[in-house]
Amino acid sequence: MFAQFGYGVLVVTFILSLFGLGAALRGALTKSYPWAESARRAMLLTFPLITLSSLALIYLLVKSHYEVQYVYSVTSNSMPLYLRITALWGGQAGSLLFWAWLLSAFTSAITLRKWERDGEFLPWVILVSSVTLAFFLALIIFFENPFVSWWQTASGEVAAMFRPAGAVSLTPRDGQGLNPLLRHPGMIIHPPLLYLGFVAFVIPFAFAIAALITGRSDDRWIRITRRWTMWAWLFLSLGLVLGARWAYDVLGWGGYWGWDPVEIASLMPWLTGTAFLHSVIIQEKRGMLKQWNMLLIILTFDLVLFGTFLTRSGVLSSVHSFAQSAIGPMFFAFIGLTFVSSVSLLIYRWNDLKAEVELKSMFSREALFTLNNLLFMGVLIVCFWGVIFPLISELVTNQKVTVGPPFYERATAPLFGALMLLMGVAPLSAWGGSTIKTLGRAVWKPALAAGLVMAVIFAAGVHNVVALIGFGLVALVIFVTLYEFWRAALSRRKTSGENFFLALWKLAGRNRRRYGGYIIHISMVLMAIGILGIEVFQTETQGTLPQGSSLELAGYRVKFDSVAQFDTTGGRNVTRAVVSVFKDDRYLGDIYPRRDYYYESSQPMTIPGLYSTLADDLYVILVDWQPISASGATFKVYHNPLVNWLWIGTVIFIFGTLVAAWPEKELQVAG
Amino acid sequence: MQSSPNFGRVKFILGGLLILAAVVYLIASSTRANAEYFMTVDELHAKGNSVIGRNLRVSGAIVGDTIQYDPQTLNLTFEVASIPGDNKEIEAAGGLAAVLHQAVIDPQRARLKVIYNGPKPDLLRDEAQAIMTGQLGENGIFYVDELLLKCPTKYEEAVPAQVNGN
Repeated sequence: MFAQFGYGVLVVTFILSLFGLGAALRGALTKSYPWAESARRAMLLTFPLITLSSLALIYLLVKSHYEVQYVYSVTSNSMPLYLRITALWGGQAGSLLFWAWLLSAFTSAITLRKWERDGEFLPWVILVSSVTLAFFLALIIFFENPFVSWWQTASGEVAAMFRPAGAVSLTPRDGQGLNPLLRHPGMIIHPPLLYLGFVAFVIPFAFAIAALITGRSDDRWIRITRRWTMWAWLFLSLGLVLGARWAYDVLGWGGYWGWDPVEIASLMPWLTGTAFLHSVIIQEKRGMLKQWNMLLIILTFDLVLFGTFLTRSGVLSSVHSFAQSAIGPMFFAFIGLTFVSSVSLLIYRWNDLKAEVELKSMFSREALFTLNNLLFMGVLIVCFWGVIFPLISELVTNQKVTVGPPFYERATAPLFGALMLLMGVAPLSAWGGSTIKTLGRAVWKPALAAGLVMAVIFAAGVHNVVALIGFGLVALVIFVTLYEFWRAALSRRKTSGENFFLALWKLAGRNRRRYGGYIIHISMVLMAIGILGIEVFQTETQGTLPQGSSLELAGYRVKFDSVAQFDTTGGRNVTRAVVSVFKDDRYLGDIYPRRDYYYESSQPMTIPGLYSTLADDLYVILVDWQPISASGATFKVYHNPLVNWLWIGTVIFIFGTLVAAWPEKELQVAG
Repeated sequence: MQSSPNFGRVKFILGGLLILAAVVYLIASSTRANAEYFMTVDELHAKGNSVIGRNLRVSGAIVGDTIQYDPQTLNLTFEVASIPGDNKEIEAAGGLAAVLHQAVIDPQRARLKVIYNGPKPDLLRDEAQAIMTGQLGENGIFYVDELLLKCPTKYEEAVPAQVNGN
């Protein structure tokens, strides 16, 4: 019943989105307000409809309707309520539905804004969103339907939407359950955050296309979508970091990022999106890079589709590809179609989007921003090359060759380093024209301070070149950014008479994007500290210990106290070791590395025991144990210096982005 | 500002090209240093000595009986049976689960002995797919640096095992 209802609602929504598409087109072409309004209402109606359909699926998930194939494949009797609800995005069909739901929500939100000034955009924005929505709904209805049920026929079990002739309904007693690896708080919010980021980028894309079609060459589309883009970027970034945190907590290999094709697929839209966030500022301030911004948002949109496709299609072998299906060619066709048509439009409007000002000085702020964009593109090209290299090499040499993490690390490290250098230098440059002299005059003091920091670190015994350069750049960015805050607050205090902190507060309030951006820069280099720490200085040891004896690593001593095995909730058997951690013979506390064995999927899962400080993480994995005898257990111990700064940086990053994305009341210019 | 507009443009185009060249260099040199060659066990046997010492990525079906693990030294050895490298071929043969099963039960299938040092992975079991990165030794044993495992049976196109009609 609920399955048929959910499916029926989706079919209606699909037809509605096709109608909205037609109405928007007609409204735009004939400049007919009633048609545009009709399209808008159709769009507004898709949201409650898809919500209904999603609720139907959630109902089936929560009520254990295993006769529905999707429910059968992602839930089981032993799963708690919250996992059953979040199983909505635990599999392919459900996550496509979730995607469509987010898109209808965002598009509805955008159509509810006041459109007086930008009425000409409205039908085109609706058109672009309805095309995308219709594509996803078609995928769900025709290829990846979450409402398909099991039927018993004479020839065996089949999955179908409607009862085949002579078949009886089939209800399994229990489902397969969500992959245990995905039953982690980080994994529960990681996909929706990533999807929030993915889908939110559709909105600036829709406006960009609307601007291209209507021929408006000003920066109106950028100003309208500025905050959307920032929120999209925030969610996408958080999705990435949470994925890293999940890998660190659950995958038990002591790392957080493996340059897996699927990770890269979600990083790529982030790279173009980040470049876009920077380069739109140049268009707003200087009227330059208009064509480039269009290209960036088109790329971001198609990389978002590519990312969704890659995570869900299984074309590339990866830890994420637990789903393989027929939707691959559809995605490819849609990506190709949207890319070619968008770029054709851009070429058609190319001359209208010429820069209003020529780039003059090599060291002006706009030149440095452009350089920043080129570097992001460089990282993007490295990533793209790494992902498609196996396919290319197979075509050319008939031998499949792939590149692993060392390739990405080696090729991107200098580019990321250059980006950090820019973060340190660019805030000191001026719009229009800085010369190397004026810039040098501003930079030398913080650069000297950063050099001193490097010298101190060197004297402290760190002789690794990558780490020295990295920490030097981190110091440069922090000094320059703090100096910028300091200088601006001081001058404001002088003119306004406010005290220093009030001046600082008001200052950030007046120019949120700029100062929010600076806070984000600081957060990025804090994250860089964590990444440098674990990448350069990680050490490890392993050993089999009898009860009561210890392993030593990096000044720490871990003592194996006991191990216990017991059944617990969620259908798992847990083997949990108690390990006490000492430093310089001072007892610091106990940690509990464990292994969870899931009966229903007969899959074990390794959860490390973590002793975490600002300086380092001690990361202990229970590798193996002897059940009864006293011969002990085997542990692998990682020492991950500074890695906590990666997560601390993330918190500051959220704060900075909120500062930048918060509505600016005083800057709402009228007319 | 005395320079002609043309010169200004050339300057930036040169700068852009320089960055592009740097990126191309980084990609080319990193690719050369870190390329891993995908091979099936059959191909590995056919190439023999010519690939000794190269970074290889080999995929195979784990033969459960051959798994030996010493928790003291963390030495893990097992054998993998050859499976096709091409996704289409795998699909044509009835999906990954079927291909892995066939490979393991077929005594004629080419096998490769593998040594890995480290914690025993959770997914290591009979008829799992091992995706291994490492080098072939002169003794014909494959020394694995990185071991990735995939068990397809559970999460793909499975039909319910226990059912009650109603």
